[in-house]
Amino acid sequence: MNNKLVKNALGRLVPTEVNGKKAVPFKGVGKYKPDYRKYAPPVATMADFPSGDKRVKDLKTALLKAGIKDGMTISTHHHFRDGDLVAVQIFRIAAELGIKDLVWFPSASFPCQAEMIDFMENGTIHHIEGSLNGPLGRYCSEGKMKGMGVLRSHGGRFQAVQDGEVVIDIAVIAAPTADPFGNANGVEGPSACGLLGFALADSQYAHKVIVVTDNLVDFPCIPWQIQGNYVDYVVEMDKIGEPEKIVSGTTKITKSPDRLLIAEMTAQLCLEAGLIRDGFSFQAGAGGTSLAITYYFEQMMREKSIKARFARGGSNQYLVKMLEEGLVDYILDGQTFDLEGVRSMRDNPRHRDTSPFTSYNYHGKGNFAQFVDIVILGATEVDLDFNANVNTHSDGYLLHGIGGWQNCLFSKTVILPIPLFRDRIPVIRDAVTTITGPGELIDVIVTERGIAINPKRKDLLKALKNTKLPLKTIQELKDEAEKICGIPEKPKLGEEIVAVIKWVDGTIIDAVRRVIV
Amino acid sequence: MKEQRAVAGNRGADVRSDCYVEIELTNSGGIRLEIQSKVAVLFGESIRQLIREVLRFFKIETAQVTLEDSGALPFVITARLEAAIKQIIPTDREFLPELLPENTVTTTRDRYRRSRLYLPGNTPKLFINAGLHKADGIILDLEDSVAPAKKDEARYLVRNALRTNNFYGCERMVRINQGERGLADLDFVVPHYANVILVPKCEDTDYLSQIDQKVQAIKKAKGLDYPVYLMPIIESAKGVLMAYEIATASPNVVALAIGLEDYTADLGTQRTREGSESFFARSSLVNAARAAGVQAIDSVFSDVGDQEGLRQTVMESKALGFEGMGCIHPRQVPVIHDAFAPTDAEIEKAQKIVSAFIEAEQKGLGVVALGSKMIDPPVVKRAQKTIAMAIDSGRLPENWRATYEQ
Repeated sequence: MNNKLVKNALGRLVPTEVNGKKAVPFKGVGKYKPDYRKYAPPVATMADFPSGDKRVKDLKTALLKAGIKDGMTISTHHHFRDGDLVAVQIFRIAAELGIKDLVWFPSASFPCQAEMIDFMENGTIHHIEGSLNGPLGRYCSEGKMKGMGVLRSHGGRFQAVQDGEVVIDIAVIAAPTADPFGNANGVEGPSACGLLGFALADSQYAHKVIVVTDNLVDFPCIPWQIQGNYVDYVVEMDKIGEPEKIVSGTTKITKSPDRLLIAEMTAQLCLEAGLIRDGFSFQAGAGGTSLAITYYFEQMMREKSIKARFARGGSNQYLVKMLEEGLVDYILDGQTFDLEGVRSMRDNPRHRDTSPFTSYNYHGKGNFAQFVDIVILGATEVDLDFNANVNTHSDGYLLHGIGGWQNCLFSKTVILPIPLFRDRIPVIRDAVTTITGPGELIDVIVTERGIAINPKRKDLLKALKNTKLPLKTIQELKDEAEKICGIPEKPKLGEEIVAVIKWVDGTIIDAVRRVIV
Repeated sequence: MKEQRAVAGNRGADVRSDCYVEIELTNSGGIRLEIQSKVAVLFGESIRQLIREVLRFFKIETAQVTLEDSGALPFVITARLEAAIKQIIPTDREFLPELLPENTVTTTRDRYRRSRLYLPGNTPKLFINAGLHKADGIILDLEDSVAPAKKDEARYLVRNALRTNNFYGCERMVRINQGERGLADLDFVVPHYANVILVPKCEDTDYLSQIDQKVQAIKKAKGLDYPVYLMPIIESAKGVLMAYEIATASPNVVALAIGLEDYTADLGTQRTREGSESFFARSSLVNAARAAGVQAIDSVFSDVGDQEGLRQTVMESKALGFEGMGCIHPRQVPVIHDAFAPTDAEIEKAQKIVSAFIEAEQKGLGVVALGSKMIDPPVVKRAQKTIAMAIDSGRLPENWRATYEQ
């Protein structure tokens, strides 16, 4: 591949071409201004849908009618998280039909989709544009994928579809309830998983849209989060997902005393900095530490009679409890992390579904993330300029997708509660393996051994000066970790680029190198 | 021929921050290292160098060393390697890690001992952050929490931890084994700034005196002048009857602790939530401790999930006259500190007394009075202690006098 590398605004060497398409290097936060129009799919006509009943016999028929062929881009969604049963079926059918070089464009991938490796091995799939973790992450990291992996945030995925950076040939939307016209939702039916927000862009911009359901109802399907007016085919099948598996291992409050300590310090910091006040808003997400922070927020709010205007999901039993108790006015939810979240979204009008368009899309006229006062995020590494990595492990392997992480950086106070080292691996590094987000948007690092505040946040430094919180510089934290763990050696990675990390505006913030096995 | 192969340490899916090492002395071929490490990418080279340094120190020139590492810190790796080497090479040499200045802090007889957190002595992952949970003391346990086959190797780990693992100001205690093994344990802990030795299943004064003498002998031989205090643990019917004698057997005893699991077993009964079966023992122990002028420390509360039950137990403990309790999980520490903290009424009363005392001092009066009531010196002293604890537990600002009005 004749691919020139250029240095982007953060000094990272990134490719100028990705999978045969021109790519723009990251230019700085807010620096890249789009000067083009949105993408538009072909105009459809009602004449092609004379009865409005779009049912076809099975998924294979739908894919054939949609014109599946070599080189197409096929999208799926992760509303069932690790319980998805549809995505692999698509590629089994494609493999059986002998179709080659497809691009899989999931909103996120999960271990239940490890079979995709077989389809990459046999040529059915050329490459994946979406989160790469677990076995798929290993496969890509070791340079075995034919094309380059492209990792995007949830907002970045919407942006890429809207801007035409990714043209979806066929979108397959697994919907817990749908009608023959294609109206669909995620809150009803035996496989109810919450909401279908990640499929919104796909329904609007894909050339062909297939809705797959295991709960077909008579017209009208209410509510209709996906509008049938965008849908080409409706397929009924026995089971589309295992909703109990949307509860992944990370949706219970941590029992680790060290993580609880970090959570407690984080909540205390928010309180003492005056961020927890009447009418505030927060987003803590899943993960044991985040849930513990939500729990501590709840205690503080109850004790001090403070109400939050809204909390952003991923919703979970703890957040639902706060909503029902009146501690928060609204949950604005991007995805439900447990079945309590699904129930609440279905039954409680104050628990609203959102989409990456409303919440995260950078190429829109603002988004909801801007209204969030406190956002709690994770990271595997942070450097001395607060640049953070969520994608790769310190040994170079792709470990996590971006999710909404980059999009949430635009909230008012961004806090990363993280252990100072994991086993022996220090979190604060001279240079992070991969930059997922620029340090200028990251405000606070909370570790069990101290709290570092970005020097840019003079207001926070001032507000916390006379508290008992252990404030340190990020350099001091790094030194402390290295005193305990030793100074890490520099990992040796290959030259070859196996994946790129997109920033929220579609530019390339970093490139991921091949791991030498 | 002597055994030429030895192993030490832990491995397996649940093991973290530890390592398993196997050494085999060979006749030729120099040093051969086989290292499997979870952190190889970042620390592979430094682990190799460290192993070579230890081997050189013990003058080993030909050996095969295999290491399975799950992210062990250097002091853990060297403890494991030394424990393996000493099984096949008799030597008095010790490969000691750097002594942290923070770990040379000594202790005082009457510091708070409200909470002491038990750390199984052969489980290094629990050492690293133990001090962050702000227990008054941590206990590196060589006794019941260490499997019999692992007792030798735990000594090296505990020794290294005392020297180089930062416990952030917690008092550093070690629970030794019983009998001869307990006496031998002292060689691994006394020279490395252990603050308090916990002596388990104490039921006579002889053994405690032996312990005391050995501690003094080690200190003398090494020229150490820091205090090493003793906390005998009473865990039997006989021990309860001997509590006062034990508490007064050495001037280095600072506290008496009770261990109720073994005590109730000795009585042939079960430990209950209400604790009527141990009321006599607990009360006797408090009485003996008070009579001897040492602290009385209660047993552990073993249901980690039951924070409310713990809180009630500590309140009862405090009412009986205990000044501290054992903890088996860091989350128990704040509950214990909170429950041992003085109540609002106690603080208010203490503030009155201490204020009256300060005013009397300022006026040069020899007698402290509150209204028409005279206050005795021990009452003042207790009030001062209450104030200090109230400040320590965040119930009272340090400068409370500035805004205090009677």
